[in-house]
Amino acid sequence: MNAPRFPNVTRRSLLLGTGALVVSFSLKDHAFAQEGELNVPAKPPEPVATGPKLPGSLADTPSLDAWIRIDADSSVTVYTGKAELGQGTKTSLRQIAAEELEVPPASINLITADTAITPDEGFTAGSQTVQNSGTAIRNAAAQVREILIQQASSKLQVPADQLKAQNGRIVGPDGKSIGYGEVVMTDMLHVDAQPKSKLKSPDAYEYIGKPFARVDIPAKVTGGPAYVQDMRLPGMLHARVVRPPSWFATLKDIDTASIKAMPGVVAVIRDGNFLAVAAEKEFQAVQAMRALTDLAEWEETPRLPNEQDLPAVLQKSESEQGVVAEAGGDFTGGITTFSAQFMRPYQMHASIGPSCSVAHLDNGTMTVWTHTQGVYPDRKAIAQMLGMPLDKVRCIHTEGSGCYGHNGADDAAGDAALIARALPGRPVKVQWMRDQEHLWEPYGPAMLTKVSASLDVSGKIVNWKYDLWSNTHSARPGSAGALLPGQLMASGFPPDKPVMNITPLGNGDRNAIPLYSIPNMRVLWHFVADMPVRVSSLRGLGAYANVFSIESFMDQLAKEAGADPVEFRLKHMEDPRARKVIATAVEAFNWSSDPMPEGRGRGFAFAKYKNHAAYLALAMEIDVDKETGKIRIPRIVSAVDCGEAVAPDNIRNQTEGGIIQSLSWTMYEEVNFDNTRIMSSDWSTYPILRFSAVPGTLDVHIVDNPGSPYLGVAEAAQGPTSAALANALANATGKRLYNLPFSPARVKATLGV
Amino acid sequence: MKLNVNGSTHEVDADPATPLLYVLRNDLELNAAKFGCGLGQCGACTVMVDGKAIFSCLTPILLLEGREIKTVEGLGTIDSPGPMQQAFIEEQAAQCGYCIPGMMMRAQALLQSKPDASDAEIQTTLEPNLCRCGTHMRILKAVKRARELMKTAAMAPASGERKV
Amino acid sequence: MKFGRFLTGLGVLIVVGVAGAFVYAWKPEIAPIKPPERASFDQALIEHGAKLAAVGNCTACHTNPGGKSFAGGLTIPTPFGTIHSSNITPDAETGIGTWSEAAFQRAMRDGVGRKGEHLYPAFPYDHFTNVSDDDNRALYAFLMTRQPVKATPPPNELPFPLNVRLVLAGWKMLFFRDGAYQPDASQSEEWNRGAYLVDGLGHCGACHTPRNTLGAEKASLHLAGGEAEGWSAFALDGSSPAPVVWDEEGLYTYLRQGWHPDHGVANGPMSEVTGNLGLLPDSDIRAMATYIASIVGEPSAERRAKSEQLLQEIKSGPITSAIGNDQSALGGKGAAIYQAACAACHENGRPQPFGGLDLRLSSTVHAPDAQNAINMVLYGLPAASGRTSAIMPGFADVLTNDQLNDLLGYLRQHFTDQAPWGDVVQRAADTRTGKYHVSVRPSDGIERGPSNIGAEDQ
Repeated sequence: MNAPRFPNVTRRSLLLGTGALVVSFSLKDHAFAQEGELNVPAKPPEPVATGPKLPGSLADTPSLDAWIRIDADSSVTVYTGKAELGQGTKTSLRQIAAEELEVPPASINLITADTAITPDEGFTAGSQTVQNSGTAIRNAAAQVREILIQQASSKLQVPADQLKAQNGRIVGPDGKSIGYGEVVMTDMLHVDAQPKSKLKSPDAYEYIGKPFARVDIPAKVTGGPAYVQDMRLPGMLHARVVRPPSWFATLKDIDTASIKAMPGVVAVIRDGNFLAVAAEKEFQAVQAMRALTDLAEWEETPRLPNEQDLPAVLQKSESEQGVVAEAGGDFTGGITTFSAQFMRPYQMHASIGPSCSVAHLDNGTMTVWTHTQGVYPDRKAIAQMLGMPLDKVRCIHTEGSGCYGHNGADDAAGDAALIARALPGRPVKVQWMRDQEHLWEPYGPAMLTKVSASLDVSGKIVNWKYDLWSNTHSARPGSAGALLPGQLMASGFPPDKPVMNITPLGNGDRNAIPLYSIPNMRVLWHFVADMPVRVSSLRGLGAYANVFSIESFMDQLAKEAGADPVEFRLKHMEDPRARKVIATAVEAFNWSSDPMPEGRGRGFAFAKYKNHAAYLALAMEIDVDKETGKIRIPRIVSAVDCGEAVAPDNIRNQTEGGIIQSLSWTMYEEVNFDNTRIMSSDWSTYPILRFSAVPGTLDVHIVDNPGSPYLGVAEAAQGPTSAALANALANATGKRLYNLPFSPARVKATLGV
Repeated sequence: MKLNVNGSTHEVDADPATPLLYVLRNDLELNAAKFGCGLGQCGACTVMVDGKAIFSCLTPILLLEGREIKTVEGLGTIDSPGPMQQAFIEEQAAQCGYCIPGMMMRAQALLQSKPDASDAEIQTTLEPNLCRCGTHMRILKAVKRARELMKTAAMAPASGERKV
Repeated sequence: MKFGRFLTGLGVLIVVGVAGAFVYAWKPEIAPIKPPERASFDQALIEHGAKLAAVGNCTACHTNPGGKSFAGGLTIPTPFGTIHSSNITPDAETGIGTWSEAAFQRAMRDGVGRKGEHLYPAFPYDHFTNVSDDDNRALYAFLMTRQPVKATPPPNELPFPLNVRLVLAGWKMLFFRDGAYQPDASQSEEWNRGAYLVDGLGHCGACHTPRNTLGAEKASLHLAGGEAEGWSAFALDGSSPAPVVWDEEGLYTYLRQGWHPDHGVANGPMSEVTGNLGLLPDSDIRAMATYIASIVGEPSAERRAKSEQLLQEIKSGPITSAIGNDQSALGGKGAAIYQAACAACHENGRPQPFGGLDLRLSSTVHAPDAQNAINMVLYGLPAASGRTSAIMPGFADVLTNDQLNDLLGYLRQHFTDQAPWGDVVQRAADTRTGKYHVSVRPSDGIERGPSNIGAEDQ
């Protein structure tokens, strides 16, 4: 029962020693600069000496960093560096591989992120898993199949063009067939993938685009071990950290003798401002943590900005300016110019399960089980923090609660490693408490945007200026200074210096460029380096606030132009796929400009995520109660085009989730703080959407494009949802809200009596 | 002390003040109930005691001697899932899945005491439980499906001639 | 229990009602009007009306949880039967859209509907009669400019003869005196303003004054503690159970923000009241505090000293360690339950309003009866959807009545100097079954909990 699935998942196929076919390929060509983050290693890492020996010459060919292997027992193994974050990765990637390999998806053994055995894919983020890994795996899988056919051809004495792969066997015209295992049995064949592959035609698909149950769900609904929180290793200790009451606080002298004397307590660890306790039993650790919290005295420093004054604070803190886009240059045209300013507060990932990690220092090697989004960068940071060589640290991805970006996962891994270092030989599990997650995770950055545009006589936009103020949205590990324990410990690693980085993937500037045809355009990022409130990547990065601003403003312009909001957008939209998605959503919603009962409104919004991923259009109907400021949502209809739809149900699941999460952000969420402390420490002070507020109906229509490239989809809904809600609110009440969130109090105040 | 969990009695060596959640997860090695907040604000730890949904993170075991504790593990197995589990699988009602066992137990308590609970009652009942992935629509669908599956399951043995 | 007394009262009521019918009862219909346009009201008047409606807490009774504001339909259980609140949106058909201002003024002043029907005193016209014509005009302007909602509440469920509205004339004759508030010249302007708000539109006495068998407030026990929706509404006079003495400053803080560090957060029906008071200017809150403080009166020197000593003790921190070693001395089980289930929140030093209150400060634990303590432990404070609010989990499905009794016995003994409550098990049983109806709601004030979470399903 103890952690059956966690360490060394299965290396049977690696160690088998008999014949096998391995096709190696690179994910690097696709996984360029994930999320626009700079700390993805430019070069693949050196092979890990302590890890299992890689098959054949692969270890010497690190440029080919992922592979598919067919073993003599016909087992199929796919190695990828991607992590399951609850988005169905393990299922989608299996579906893709199975399609080309002609085996049942469930039979595929998929190995995900582990620094000892899988390739460095940087981070699992930015809705890119299927877009990048999926594409690479599919090509490699097709080549495996063709090689198997070639090999079988000589074994069966049948020309290759008369053979086909079918359910794990190569089958000839006369019914002669040979299993994959038999084909590879005699030789150890190792091939590098070629640039071109013979892909199956979409009309022959058996798994892609077909309903296919997620492989991880049965265990999750029957109590199977599924998360790092569920790990139990022999001799494992339970640890809790004690965090300062606020940022920049320093721990005064402390005598921990009374804590050490508590039942079950094995160690109290203090390193500078890092404070933790480890005990035999979990509740003993909790009790010791409480006592230690009471005991610890801190010197606090008020250094947080004024929450009421965030727009001014951001503008004042501008450190650098970057041009995101510039086109045309004539900003004098048009007959009328309109402008608006939008604000998004700091918002949380707010995972339901607080961060957790298990670490074990054994024979000089530190193994860390973590729900990080990037095992390699996390390993690097931890190694630096501990002063250990890279090859003595191993990070194994183990699922956690959904993270939606860079939450406390890496920090908890750091905590576990730091505590485990003090307790060699014993595995240590660190579980954060609720307030620790709420107070210490890096938040999604606050953003200020200003937009102005001019309309000509025909109601077309002739120029567009857009300015955004934001921190970086990437403060992920790579160095020890990105880890909380790294910052807190006595030797104190400074946080990495934030860098403005403008790339097509976007960061704070993600989706800052409207997809609409506008002849004269200028988009600037006023970069704010200073971040007294800790921030990093939150689902969608800048796209949430940018799409909120742009799509709110488009509605405002439509109103000024006297046009229907949808027509107005179509008038400025050339991309045929965008037009089709918009048309699909509008038709399914039965969009019209007919008047509605008092207090009811409809709103629409559209975006192409990152301007190069999934297209998503969304319409909703809302009821606003002016007396309470409460918004009810009878129905939402969305349409999404993410290229070839590999797992339609999972696309729906992710999109529904994105919409509901964005509703929660948009209606309720805001991190509160005074000059010293963060005040949003739990669900009572940081409320999120509960069941009473879910939409009446929520439909997701998939515009499938079989055979076309996969487009990342999991974050596509965040932006359009917020804007559609803002637009529906304006439609219902005649008043527009520019500042997020649309809390009942704010709505009520805006609407007046 | 002795605890009755999922129909069997366990001798537990723990401080009576220990919240049930820690005993379930560590002493009994049951994974389903999750730590979410320790404050009774999110419902991730929800299990059933005497047929009612409770927050196990706040319930010391000293209150539970002689009472019937049920967790998701008691609803069925991966090979033979119970109606509630089957419904969540059929509706694919999970993203990260962390909140799901708590949802299932709260829904189970409702449907056990009120097999014909209305859609609105289901929604209201789940109010104390939070989901961050936004799986709410599917969770509601799954519970509604479970309502039907549970009825079928309840009728099957009574009819006595279930066709195979 | 009270049924015998009730029957006697009913007899009296019938006799008086029949007599009253002749002399008192008949009221003319006031002609319907076409619902007025918004433009016919001054915006400033509407805004003034909004504040007054907040003082009157109109939405609390006239909005069904999850329903449209002011559309009525809320179930209000009374000792006499069940009443459903009316729709006071300006819908012509089902609301008050056809009410002229005169009809509205009469309803507020005399408790009579537009058609001349007597209104049940669940609508507290015994207080609203104090409201000035000008304020009624503003309230009218506010209500007539709300979103009209077509909604008819279910019929009231009252036994004969209470379902005959004429009977109400008798009730009025006995207990109701109409007329706008008359200032007390011997008191300050602020005090008078406070009295006007508290005894008039605020109708604080509706909950905080005890009632007689016929449901009328006992005038001699003004604000001496009453009942509301299954909760004790604590005494606001000298008999207040609050361990820390209420004074003007304390009342001001509490009414202004809905919580006080020395008293905790408003809960039960009071949370809605303080939530609504948020709209009021500081000056009005101050006036209410001034008036209520005068009702509280000057505490005895002994009471004052005790209160101050307690505040000193609180400053030196929680008393966890004492409790930990206390189990044998104080009946064991209750202490163990408190220590294991309650102390983590109630003694972790997190300040009000989101932290658990140090129970040494709790009026609920010091109260004359156990009802509020039972309600809080069983049902807690549910989360307010989409708003920050203090949350306390309920323990209804965790604690048996015996365990609850152990716990409350311990709390009473350990945190107060009051005598034990004797009837916890029975009260808890009646509360659980719904025999004693309790409404449960979040602490943020505006929003109600989903129906009566208290009662077990029938």
